[in-house]
Amino acid sequence: MRSAADLRGALARGLVALSGIAGGIALWWAVVTVFDVAPYVVPPPGDVWRSLTGDFGLLMDNLWPTAQEALLGFAIGNVLAIAIAIVFVHSRTVERSFFPVAVFVQTLPLVAVAPVLVLMLGNGMAPKVVIAALMTLFPTLVNMVRGFNAISPQTVELFRVMSASKADLFWRARTYAALPFLFTALKIASTSAVIGAIVAEWIGADEGLGYLIINATYNFQTPLLYSTMIVASLFALLLFALIGIVERLVVTWEDDG
Amino acid sequence: MLGPPATERTTAISIDGLAVAFTSRRTTVTALEGVTLDVRERELLSILGPSGSGKSTLLRVIADLIPASAGRVAVLGGTPASARRARAIGFVFQHAELLPWRTAIDNVKLPLQVGRRRAKAASGGEQADPRELLELVGLGDRADAYPRQLSGGMRQRVAIARALVTRPRVLLMDEPFGALDEITREAMNRELLRIWRETGTTIVFVTHSISEAVFLSQRIAVLTPQPGRLAGTLPVDLPADRRPEIRDTPEFVAVAAQARALLEGGARR
Repeated sequence: MRSAADLRGALARGLVALSGIAGGIALWWAVVTVFDVAPYVVPPPGDVWRSLTGDFGLLMDNLWPTAQEALLGFAIGNVLAIAIAIVFVHSRTVERSFFPVAVFVQTLPLVAVAPVLVLMLGNGMAPKVVIAALMTLFPTLVNMVRGFNAISPQTVELFRVMSASKADLFWRARTYAALPFLFTALKIASTSAVIGAIVAEWIGADEGLGYLIINATYNFQTPLLYSTMIVASLFALLLFALIGIVERLVVTWEDDG
Repeated sequence: MLGPPATERTTAISIDGLAVAFTSRRTTVTALEGVTLDVRERELLSILGPSGSGKSTLLRVIADLIPASAGRVAVLGGTPASARRARAIGFVFQHAELLPWRTAIDNVKLPLQVGRRRAKAASGGEQADPRELLELVGLGDRADAYPRQLSGGMRQRVAIARALVTRPRVLLMDEPFGALDEITREAMNRELLRIWRETGTTIVFVTHSISEAVFLSQRIAVLTPQPGRLAGTLPVDLPADRRPEIRDTPEFVAVAAQARALLEGGARR
């Protein structure tokens, strides 16, 4: 149902975004050239581009494990968060006793938790997945508890007048009310899961984007460091965009105007 | 659809010495006190009162949404809870309370999809056709529209269709047109009278508008605030076929004046 005017608007917005990126790259190049910055500190855009194309195989080989860890952690963290939120919604007592625990886990600094998990779970994929899951758990939990409760007292009365069960209220009202909150949470979680997997790889790994970042830094392969950052960012962006598309397909009743 | 003569009509709702008090940590607020009132079957009775007179509370007690603190309430010969469980009560809220993720027709179907076994058992599987109900409220062509695509008046029509889908014998309406502009409200009043005649449902209609109460009702129960008491009931002896012009007739004005007197008499007390 897209009109020509809509399409023109989208095209215009795309052009503005592209010109922003182009402007940024131009500024980057100008600063590096004018101030004669050493390439191992900040490489010029050309070097980074050559690394992106030349090291493409290397980048993809290391993106794959990171992507697996991030996606697996993303899935586990979100499923767990939704399950806990459902329990919280049905029992105030459980919520009151366990929410502080969730807050405490959230306040633990990631860089401190990662080594502990590597000690516990070894050097393989497991600790990375767990950290990615931990990173996604809290935002989704908080959003889902809010979402499940985002129904008015009148809606509760309406279901009572209809002699509806608690399950009716949950499946026919609370879940739908929570969906917009879920997608907000998933968008936050998608980027956190990638960050979580990369940081976990810093502690101990022999492959992955995090491993590549550490290696490139110690070997002064600064263009590779930059291209790794770009690949990591593009992957997170892809996840974010995919979730946005699914949201548009699922949440059709919200006014986006 | 003609009902039996008024003298043969049975009592649909019987309220005797009803009191409702809300207790918070320190204070107790009396919302209703000593309310005694009968609603006859197929009657359209308005409960008229200013805000704080407990008229919504009264409606919620009948619907088994709030428990009575004292007194006795019978709905269709049983308790409010049994009437509610038998799906004999329809409720229309002040704001339509449609589920935004459901289209108009799916909102009307909602009561048929919850607590299903009990609904079937109670009505012998006899339920209204959601599409016919949407036509009854004049929205046959907007069945697939989402609530956000409908005007306030249209949403309230959908809410009325939803309340009628289990063929309830009692329809409770809590200031359903209070949020609408006056022109839409008058149109909705005429629509409601037509629906009431066509379905033969007992309707209890809460409002704070004297003119709305007089236009719609066969009888008006006037509540006065702090605490909510029944100041009196007032029969409305106007012709059954009520056109908008009736508001300008001396008979209409006289009933409205009586209602106002009851409201003010209660306020002075």
